[in-house]
Amino acid sequence: MADLASEFLGIRSPNPFWLASAPPTDKAYNVNRAFEAGWGGAVWKTLGEDPPIVNVSGPRYSAIHSNDRRVIGFNNIELITDRPLQTNLDEIRQVKRDWPDRALVVSVMFPMNEQVWAKYVPMIEDTGADAIELNFGCPHGMSERGMGSAVGQVPEYIRMATEWAKAAASVPVIVKLTPNVANILPPAKAAKDGGADAVSLINTINSIMRVDYDTLTMYPATDGMGTHGGYCGEAVKPIALNMVAEIARTPETADIPISGIGGVTDWRDAVDFLALGARNVQVCTAAMVYGFKIIDDLTDGLSAFLDDKGMTSVSELVGRAVPSVTDWQYLNLNYIEKAVIDQELCIKCGRCHIVCEDTSHQAITHTVNGERRFEVIDEECVGCNLCVSVCPIDGCITMRQLTDGFDPRTGQPVSNEKANWTTHPNNPMRKTS
Amino acid sequence: MPDIRTNRLSPEEIARNFSELHPPLSRPEALIEADRCYFCFDAPCTTACPTGIDIPGFIQKIRSGNLRGSAHTILNENIMGGMCARVCPTEVLCEEACVRNTHEEKPVEIGLLQRYATDPIFDNDTQLFSRADSSGHRVAVVGGGPAGLSCAHRLAALGHDVDLFDREEKLGGLNEYGIAAYKTVNDFAQREIDYILSIGGIEVHAGVTLGQDTTITRLRDEYSAVFLGVGLSSVNWLGIEGEELPGVENAVEYIAELRQASDKGELPVGRRVVVIGGGMTAIDVAVQSKRLGAERVDIVYRRGIDQMGASDYEKNLAKTSGVTIHPLARPLKILGPGHASGVLFERTTLAEDGSFSDTGETFTLDADVVFKAIGQQLRDGVLDDGSIKMKSGKIVVDDNQSTSLAGVWAGGDCVLGGDDLTVTAVQHGKVAAIAIDHYLRTREKSHG
Repeated sequence: MADLASEFLGIRSPNPFWLASAPPTDKAYNVNRAFEAGWGGAVWKTLGEDPPIVNVSGPRYSAIHSNDRRVIGFNNIELITDRPLQTNLDEIRQVKRDWPDRALVVSVMFPMNEQVWAKYVPMIEDTGADAIELNFGCPHGMSERGMGSAVGQVPEYIRMATEWAKAAASVPVIVKLTPNVANILPPAKAAKDGGADAVSLINTINSIMRVDYDTLTMYPATDGMGTHGGYCGEAVKPIALNMVAEIARTPETADIPISGIGGVTDWRDAVDFLALGARNVQVCTAAMVYGFKIIDDLTDGLSAFLDDKGMTSVSELVGRAVPSVTDWQYLNLNYIEKAVIDQELCIKCGRCHIVCEDTSHQAITHTVNGERRFEVIDEECVGCNLCVSVCPIDGCITMRQLTDGFDPRTGQPVSNEKANWTTHPNNPMRKTS
Repeated sequence: MPDIRTNRLSPEEIARNFSELHPPLSRPEALIEADRCYFCFDAPCTTACPTGIDIPGFIQKIRSGNLRGSAHTILNENIMGGMCARVCPTEVLCEEACVRNTHEEKPVEIGLLQRYATDPIFDNDTQLFSRADSSGHRVAVVGGGPAGLSCAHRLAALGHDVDLFDREEKLGGLNEYGIAAYKTVNDFAQREIDYILSIGGIEVHAGVTLGQDTTITRLRDEYSAVFLGVGLSSVNWLGIEGEELPGVENAVEYIAELRQASDKGELPVGRRVVVIGGGMTAIDVAVQSKRLGAERVDIVYRRGIDQMGASDYEKNLAKTSGVTIHPLARPLKILGPGHASGVLFERTTLAEDGSFSDTGETFTLDADVVFKAIGQQLRDGVLDDGSIKMKSGKIVVDDNQSTSLAGVWAGGDCVLGGDDLTVTAVQHGKVAAIAIDHYLRTREKSHG
């Protein structure tokens, strides 16, 4: 079995799975249970100034469910820790003492005031914690008070607060970014410029889950009123992966270590984050939905995957897919694929036909020689992958590359030369050699 | 001495044996099952449904929590969708066509989902239908079974007034009198009829027998149009010695008695029961006899097991209920004396074209009761003057259920092409009603 031992900013943990700063890491009781279950590390739920904030005593969470009540997306309005600072510091100290082989990072959130950072950062470091994570991401509640995502949305603030934290800290400083921005690169760059040792992302996304269909008021609500929360869970993974990959593939930010967060539920999600440039992953929602036991599949599945790929460590996987991510303008416009339907596997549901017919290119039959039969019409197929996406049978529809001859759709010969938009004759801004 | 007794089983055993065969789905079960539907294009299940219910459509509405819309999708095509959800042989109709069968051999439970969608409508008496403005026409519908009820309901919805005649006191036809008790409990058949009639405009005339109390000729004179859904109420004869002996019974009558009995334990049942026939009725009477406490129940069918009219599911139900099926044997004689004591059979052999011939080899099965389940025929004298075109003892109709007699439509088991299924009868009634409506409205136009 491949060794999952992980090192992030010199912090060792038995595996690359850390619990993210969130409700599961609010108390020693929970973190101890997580470590007993096998989690590699934990980022303690965000600490703030005393006196502690207060939370609502009503619904803090809600979910988008499938019909069998599987949680697909999740939303929360819980604020940072509502326990006294000293209580948290005492527990952090004890947990780190009890679990020296696990990564223990402390998340913090302070106002934009250098003196405050200078006062609290040393207190936190004194617990023996391995690193500090700056919460510039929470989009609800704290952002109204000028913290959380209110900082993360302004690169200058990120840089400023990172500098204050670095000035006061001797342990590594991780900056946790908010996805509630138009472009993730300026915040990542600002963190780096401020001296951050790493970035972690994504925090949650501004969200309202739904309305109550009886009362036609926002749901969930606290005494009839609701407020936007932060969206997370499986549904947000693609958004997170894009932001991770953007940082990993952009030269100005490529060298900053990334801790990947956002919808990691099973080991394949971890493979996505690691291959797209994250050096470890953080998990919250999956644990809040299933409990800490999911760590068994996360570690076991990742280890088996590395074995299958002939890799001996997680680091061999990190960033492997990054070179395959590019801008649209560099995609090879001479490359041609056509869908192929395996008639042996086809169950004749006709979904491929109707979606292609109604919403795309009229490239799939419904009847051939009087029989119900679904075949790709190469003369119409643009290779869009919609049929593959909607087919209920995995592997029934695949894409086949045309390597020679003519494309029956355009009548043009298949070219093995690469050609992209930057040089395309239809591009008024094309480069000429 | 024949051993025929009541109360062979305790009331608890009877109650258990006659509880519902398929309990309804709970909400979580229904939602998970609904999620299994692939929402097929030009769905094979819909094509396989004789009434053409948009099955993926109603399942999608279950998924989205729109149960009333789901029920309307069902009942608008099949007003007896509640009963059909219970008695349809879905395993040879919609569920057989389900594409899920290809890889997993487990179709979507369409019948149970249909029941899930429609039950609340009947439980809460939610009226989903309204009547069009009155057309001023009155139509006679003869027969209060599925075909007649379906026709009457659609006619009423289209704005016509209906007089509905039935020779029994209770409407429902075979739905009320002919369906195994464990397939429809809690008096669902009557609740469904109440729902159908609640649309208004349907006046029921119970206890009226066509051919005795009224005639087709009279109905044609008095009404704008006539629909015949009279079913097949006369039991076929075996034409063998001993058929008139006590202890020889008609399966349909016994099933009807059982359905109407308030205490099923009070129904006499033989210790050894022999059923002659191979259709659903044979299975129903055999399984119910077993469930009433018969020690040994044998079904004997003259042709092969694959030729039986009963579906594979029904045949399995018989086997798992402890009924023995003997294919390839035909009755020669019912043994007496004075009361049926057994049946003498001759073994048959099957040719490739499905025809059978005798082998000369005989055997005897002991019996206290012998049930005839060999099909029914049109009652003599129903079609008074013989002017309606018939074939093989059934009424000939066209695609619109129109008979050879102007102004007369027919449907259900009494027509050629009827197949002993509620769902088919409902479709006949619906098609006829639409055709009658078209006929009346085009006639109005041409008469200015």
